[in-house]
Amino acid sequence: MPHDHHDHDHLSPSGHPYRADQDTGLSYWQTMEIAVRELLIDKGVLTADQIARQITAMDERTPANGAAVVARYWTDPEFAAALLQDGRQAVSAMGFDLGPMHLIALPNTPDVHNMVVCTLCSCYPRNLLGLPPDWYKSRAYRARTVREPRKVLAEFGVTLPTTTHVRVHDSTADMRYIVLPNRPTGTMGWDVDQLAALVTRDSMIGTGLPKSVA
Amino acid sequence: MPTQLLAEPGTKVRVRNWTPPGHVRTPAYLRGAIGTIERVLGLFPNPEDLAYRHPGQSLSLYRVRFALSDLWPDATPGDTLDAEIYAHWLESADAP
Repeated sequence: MPHDHHDHDHLSPSGHPYRADQDTGLSYWQTMEIAVRELLIDKGVLTADQIARQITAMDERTPANGAAVVARYWTDPEFAAALLQDGRQAVSAMGFDLGPMHLIALPNTPDVHNMVVCTLCSCYPRNLLGLPPDWYKSRAYRARTVREPRKVLAEFGVTLPTTTHVRVHDSTADMRYIVLPNRPTGTMGWDVDQLAALVTRDSMIGTGLPKSVA
Repeated sequence: MPTQLLAEPGTKVRVRNWTPPGHVRTPAYLRGAIGTIERVLGLFPNPEDLAYRHPGQSLSLYRVRFALSDLWPDATPGDTLDAEIYAHWLESADAP
């Protein structure tokens, strides 16, 4: 009986809500972006192909970059020391260029759990983790993580005993942060590729833990 | 030109309780709070200048660690919050 479910009339056949078409015209800044981009191309500063390739390169950065860093941190003591000493230099030697940004790697321990937020905007180590998830940029995550981090963690499925200290890091200036989660138990002898597959994006933001080994 | 606090790790500092207009990178929830220098990050151009295309004054940038329970009374003891604060926003915790 298709008409029994009036509440579902606004859902598409796949069960998702319809999203309004964007018929409102461009915002000021969208118009500005198009104007500047077209001028750069007209004046021969950049080509459309160069811009498309740069966008592709930005989209291709994924949390796999950060996972490779964490797996090496777990397996290579010399690299681990270098990473804690100067994060930018250590990851640059692995081919991850952070540009002008500095990197602070935050090691979790059995007694300390780190998590990262940017209350002022949405600073994020994109070269290591790719584009930030929408929730990272939401006002709720930004406001609540500094106010009630344990409740936020619990909503992500991470419930910590009070004997584990939570360290929240508000990324307010020129540093970028990556959490170094604890190495899962049962991974003795694993190689870096096997280990990297356990490292989730959220475990490097601090809202999650690495996958555990069955 | 703002005066700059010079501090080392372990120094107790207070975040200035200013409410200036403009582009400011010291979160309001930390203003007036007392914390401890966790590490000294080096010299960085003041973003409050850069935002208006002025040359940024070179300022020491510090990571300051606060007890979460000093910010919010119901926080779990032992939990902390670290933030990056520029030198001109900090004063000695002993200052009146």
